[in-house]
Amino acid sequence: MKDIYRGALVRLSSQSSEDMAKAFLKWDRDTEMHRLADTDPAQLWSEKKLKELFEKDQEKDPPRAYRFSVRTLPDDKLIGATGLVPNWMHADAWVYIVVGDREYWGQGCGTDAMRLIVQYGFIELNLRRITLGLHSYNARALKTYEKVGFKMEGRIRGEGLRDGERYDGFYMGILREEWLATASSEEAK
Amino acid sequence: MLDIQTQLFEAKDIRFGPIDHEAHPEIESKWTHDAEFMRLMELKPVRPLSPAMVKKQYESIEKEMEEGKSLFYFTIRAREDDHLIGKALVEWVDWTNGNGFLRLGIGAAEDRRKGYGSQALPMLLRYAFGELNLYRVTAVVPAYNNGALRLFQKFGFMEEVRRRKALNRDGEIWDLVSFGLLNSEWREQNNGRG
Repeated sequence: MKDIYRGALVRLSSQSSEDMAKAFLKWDRDTEMHRLADTDPAQLWSEKKLKELFEKDQEKDPPRAYRFSVRTLPDDKLIGATGLVPNWMHADAWVYIVVGDREYWGQGCGTDAMRLIVQYGFIELNLRRITLGLHSYNARALKTYEKVGFKMEGRIRGEGLRDGERYDGFYMGILREEWLATASSEEAK
Repeated sequence: MLDIQTQLFEAKDIRFGPIDHEAHPEIESKWTHDAEFMRLMELKPVRPLSPAMVKKQYESIEKEMEEGKSLFYFTIRAREDDHLIGKALVEWVDWTNGNGFLRLGIGAAEDRRKGYGSQALPMLLRYAFGELNLYRVTAVVPAYNNGALRLFQKFGFMEEVRRRKALNRDGEIWDLVSFGLLNSEWREQNNGRG
């Protein structure tokens, strides 16, 4: 069996609340990063509060969400986070990914991490489909998701408002059978 | 002109009211034993609730209304005898972006197919757009709920997202449809008056 946590450029690892709090203390200052990833207003949390948020999330076993840190290969630098929030009854899950360290944007790390988390969803969680949302202005994310095999399922008109401008929300999905037809699923076997 | 005379909570045969913590738990408990109705309303696993459990839910609903400011919940009553017909709500209101999600349910079988939904929905829209000032509203409907699909189409909602094969009911796989209506579209439909 292959190592399902290891990709070509990054690996999925546990989320140490200390490390994640320190990382997000820095990444949250980058409001472009925040505005690419989120619809919430950008805000700044203390390291203490961030740590508590990560700890609170880890209390339940089995967890509500399956969350990972994203670390580079081979130097093991923490550059982002990804996770799946499953709805077991319908075998669907929301997936999210964030590359917080902007020095690693546009280098394929996000795509590599996304392939790993999607694979985890299908071969470990046995999902039937995976769902995601993104902002219409996030062209880099759209390209990443298309590369991994997500298909556009619709747009929520004027979902968000920033600096007085309305933008749409894009929603995408990948079905189990679609993923099985991709090259990365071949490698997983 | 600003029209504050039109009552927000009164329609032809129905009205919006608050929760009645004494009378309603018994009635709503009965509705939760109607699996067919519950499966049209809910995407979560359905389960029958005792009146005491419903009472607890009502308390958490009003707590959420008070503290979260993101839930606006109404019971639907018959004007004739004030009996509980259903519920209508705006939930998950995102104030930063001006979005909210709508939900509507007619609980008792004998009150369905009487057009109450078609009276409740415009009242809920006027509330969402004229009172909460939302930019848009969303309604999420399982593709097997034909009544709801027709209702939202009738009131000018646009199908925006279709999550393919997102639901499993009785081993059958269904899409999950997301409808949207913008405040500007609603105003146009109502000649700018709402």
